Amino acid sequence: MTATNPTPPVSDSRTFKRAIEDIKAGVSHRELWSHLGWQDIKQRYRRSVIGPFWITISQGVIALGLGLLYSQLFNLHIQTFLPYISTGFIVWTFISGCLTEGMETFISNEGLIKQMPAPLSVYALRTVWRQTLMFVHNLIVYVIIVSIFFTSLNHQYGLQEGVCTDVGLCHPGIGWYSLSALPAFLLLAINAGWVTLMLGVISTRYRDIPQVISSLIQLLFYLTPIVWPVDQLYHGGGREAVSWALPFIHLNPLYHFIQIIRAPLIGQQVSINSWFVVIGITVVGWVLALLVMRNYRARVSYWV
Amino acid sequence: MVSIDVRNAYVDFPIFDAKTRSLKKKVLGKVGGKIGTESKVPIIEALHDVTLSLKEGDRVALVGHNGAGKSTLLRLLSGIYEPTRGSARVVGKVAPVFDLGVGMDPEISGFENILIRGLFLGMTRKEMEKRLDDIAEFTELGDYLAMPLRTYSTGMRVRLALGVVTSIDPEILILDEGIGAVDAAFLNKARDRLKDLVRRSGMLVFASHSDELLIELCDTAVWMDEGHVRQHGSLREVLTAYKGKDPFKNLSREALERIGQAPAMSGD
Repeated sequence: MTATNPTPPVSDSRTFKRAIEDIKAGVSHRELWSHLGWQDIKQRYRRSVIGPFWITISQGVIALGLGLLYSQLFNLHIQTFLPYISTGFIVWTFISGCLTEGMETFISNEGLIKQMPAPLSVYALRTVWRQTLMFVHNLIVYVIIVSIFFTSLNHQYGLQEGVCTDVGLCHPGIGWYSLSALPAFLLLAINAGWVTLMLGVISTRYRDIPQVISSLIQLLFYLTPIVWPVDQLYHGGGREAVSWALPFIHLNPLYHFIQIIRAPLIGQQVSINSWFVVIGITVVGWVLALLVMRNYRARVSYWV
Repeated sequence: MVSIDVRNAYVDFPIFDAKTRSLKKKVLGKVGGKIGTESKVPIIEALHDVTLSLKEGDRVALVGHNGAGKSTLLRLLSGIYEPTRGSARVVGKVAPVFDLGVGMDPEISGFENILIRGLFLGMTRKEMEKRLDDIAEFTELGDYLAMPLRTYSTGMRVRLALGVVTSIDPEILILDEGIGAVDAAFLNKARDRLKDLVRRSGMLVFASHSDELLIELCDTAVWMDEGHVRQHGSLREVLTAYKGKDPFKNLSREALERIGQAPAMSGD
């Protein structure tokens, strides 16, 4: 039966068709990745009494601690600063989780990849879904804090004094536009998809990459306005920020990702530029991820 | 229509953590695939120019020494590895059972593992929940299914994995050695179920060192040697060539009758 063919059929392993099929098939295995993602969370808090709500509690403690500390350090109004820092921190936790666990996504699923034929994107979706579930748990902290300080946020306010003054930024306050945080999060999750696929494949091949990225993440946390507000750059009177700092902030893509979610949630204004930057990154990122998937999708099971 | 078509396929593993030591010496041992040394990263040629075409109804035994490439070939046939050169086309729903235990989460219960394995094999949650009772009954694991998998013995894991693949209707069933870890009574039960499954499903590829199991379940065989197909033919021919003796000779009369084979090869 070992017939030899003079022209062996060309393998289609390295085609966009297969890469896109992988992603389509991955998405259609919804029951599988959603189950696996939820399983991960249950597993992490196995045998603990309050289970996944430890996520909420630890997030709450961090937000409260940092909020109290930095409001004193920066001399900021706590009723408006605490919502700012906790919301930013929740979004950051999602982003850094997707980066650190996303790049490990294939490495940590080695056993399954070698045992079960399944689209690679299933594992990426498992990771993103797990992070999304954690984000939802963390959102409880946001809901609690914003309901406590709602009266400080439902009108125009500034972070320094709690009310708008001549100095610094004046925020419009929470309103119906705050719902734009929903599509913003969806966009962030879509970005988590390409990050996980692309970094996952690269990190599986080059095991130094996860180390590089995790040290960068630490730095990015301090560079991005999360614990410190952009409002801090507006001082010395007027509504002009310290000029050298602004381009530095706006060139940081993570700022825009955080901003499109955080700002509406706590009643701040989002620059339309942030949306453009995020949409641009989404498109470019997915193109890159598809290229990586086309070339190296079939290699991942060899590399893990 | 179920089919597997492998043409001139190579599977080369890059070994990134093997340092220059393996580059200096060209290792060509009897065990394991050839280790290539041309490129910077040492490469293990696990499969070497494999051409194989299987069609619906084939029940193929896979034999060969340790490291001959049996498991790699099974992974190639499952679509887990895509060939580095050449091509492999697999048409049909594949259900593989590899080294048992790996790929199952030791911390979660047997039930959860059944569900996850089922979802991986393309079943829905509802379909799997319907089959849970059947699997519980077949595996005889009973209350153990609620226990975390780490409390299971190897044999119990095999039961669980076999329970899952035999409860669904895969078109291509791929079994690696290791299912021999179960006791004789269960093996009999599993054998009947496997036979029944093989009749219903399109194709079976089964790697094993147990002649008896192979004879029961398969009718053709592939002999793998150093990463390539050394022989592909009827089970009896290949086993005789591989073992150096006719394995059918030692079988009891009933066993032979059951599988419908003559006691000795013609002309023997």
